Amino acid sequence: MRVDQQLIAEMIPAKARVLDVGSGDGTLIDYLFRTRGCDARGIEIDMQSVTQSVAHGLPVMHGDADHDLAHYPDDAFDYVVLQRTLQAVERPREVLRQMLRIGRHAIISFPNFGHWRLRLQLLTTGRMPMTSVWSTPWYSTPNIHPCTIRDFLALCEEDGYVVQQWLAVDEDGLKAPWRRSIRFANLFGEQALFLLSRG
Amino acid sequence: MDRSVSSSVEEGPVYTHQTMRLEEGMALECGAHLAPLEVAYCTYGTLSASRDNAILVCHALTGDQYLAEPNPLTGKPGWWSRMVGPGLPIDTDRFFVICPNVLGGCMGSTGPRSLCTETGKAWDGEFPPITMHDIVASQVRLVDYLGIERLFAVVGGSMGGMQALTWVADHPERVFAALPIATSPFHSAQNIAFNEVSRQAIFADPHWHDGHYRDFGAIPARGLGVARMMAHITYLSEEALSRKFGRRVRKEAATAIPAASSPSLFGEMFEVESYLRHQGSTFVRRFDANSYLTITRAMDYFDLAAEHDGDLSAPFGKCETRFCVVSFSSDWLFPTSQSRLLVRALNKAGANVSFVEIESDRGHDAFLLDEPDLDRTVRGFLNGAAEHAGLTREEAL
Repeated sequence: MRVDQQLIAEMIPAKARVLDVGSGDGTLIDYLFRTRGCDARGIEIDMQSVTQSVAHGLPVMHGDADHDLAHYPDDAFDYVVLQRTLQAVERPREVLRQMLRIGRHAIISFPNFGHWRLRLQLLTTGRMPMTSVWSTPWYSTPNIHPCTIRDFLALCEEDGYVVQQWLAVDEDGLKAPWRRSIRFANLFGEQALFLLSRG
Repeated sequence: MDRSVSSSVEEGPVYTHQTMRLEEGMALECGAHLAPLEVAYCTYGTLSASRDNAILVCHALTGDQYLAEPNPLTGKPGWWSRMVGPGLPIDTDRFFVICPNVLGGCMGSTGPRSLCTETGKAWDGEFPPITMHDIVASQVRLVDYLGIERLFAVVGGSMGGMQALTWVADHPERVFAALPIATSPFHSAQNIAFNEVSRQAIFADPHWHDGHYRDFGAIPARGLGVARMMAHITYLSEEALSRKFGRRVRKEAATAIPAASSPSLFGEMFEVESYLRHQGSTFVRRFDANSYLTITRAMDYFDLAAEHDGDLSAPFGKCETRFCVVSFSSDWLFPTSQSRLLVRALNKAGANVSFVEIESDRGHDAFLLDEPDLDRTVRGFLNGAAEHAGLTREEAL
């Protein structure tokens, strides 16, 4: 399991009802079921990953964050997880709203567009930054809604979500020591991880 | 109730089917009462001591109970013998598999060929209309008879999937897992239209005799054959037809009329024509026209949402059943969009749903064919569900 998935798993208590939006190969839901006894389900956009997950006995359905969350009833889950996908959805604000409607908590990870390397590249070259995290050129990237950690915090404030926990991590998901300063986290954190609840 | 062996002796050779017979019969949704009720079935594998490893497989419109053994009528392998058997995705080393012939069918279950006790004659064209709920109700009697409280799973493709959904809607506590494949929660207007053309072909046959063809020692073979030919097109896809037959032409003439030396409009035959004719002619040897009408009508009536003021999630409210919905990308008879509609309604009901659309160019028929992703999905879903149900391999032995 990736380190950032491990961090997500640590936020989720035993027996919780979990929906993993963008469940990939199903590693996280498999882990939550086996080690925490969670009722963990997945939604995945890539059909090969869906088939692979179902073939492993995992409850995963083909679908995506933009179109399928709206069909769940209120409070269907304790935790709704969105891993490294927020920047690629059509309507991030609506996806967040749906996550916190169908779930009591939302766990969101996204790549931080405020990282110093991106800022420096844009400043010095005048062109769209390319890094190992942001690795596709502007004309073919699926990441149509990049945001920075401060952008995300501002949206949470605007929409009245409570940030219960947040972390900035490096690319491998290792926790980085900028907890006390959002500005530093926004400069040095490559990935951000948030645990939100309704206001 | 006794476990008798009945025979359908009406036409051709005698076949004995394993049958449950219920003298008191059952009431139908239409108000009629069918007595006695017979349900012919096959089983595979062994029922566990705790009776918790039973899988009911529901067949499609023209299927039968010969799921995983040679069909006594046609001599062909069971219709899903590639899916059901020892070590196969529906593993009979582990699960006890039951496959009943549907009510209204013609392979031993009560249907138009059965004797109507009131008249002392076969029902033939007078067989009462049945619904998917009636078909499931007859299967409930069989499951009761076999002493099974809760089915581990109900599995079915096409009309079999309609039965699987009806099982959960009518008896959610008796189905741990449901696997509806290439199906829909309602029969679409297009599908009703196709069925209607099939039926009109049968009605137009001079041997139809208002459904009493057997009194005349005849069968509406032309009509039923045409019905099957047309239906068969809907089971395939344009891509599959092109790949299998293309525009290839056979040498023999397309008409029975001996071709003179003069040029003829049907002097040669496309391979696709020959194939369809073969499908039509083999079908009429094994299937009864009245059964075809009865069952297609039951499909037409099928609409789970309509029974709940248009709310498709209502019949699945609070059900604990685990679902795996499967569709095929080239299936235009039961398209993915209808499966997705079902999945979203199940999500709304809070049900545990897996949903896979399998990439295939073979159309609706894909669920019967060699599709490795289907095998993987069925095996994985059943194994996962078995783990959640607390089934162990030892229990099944």
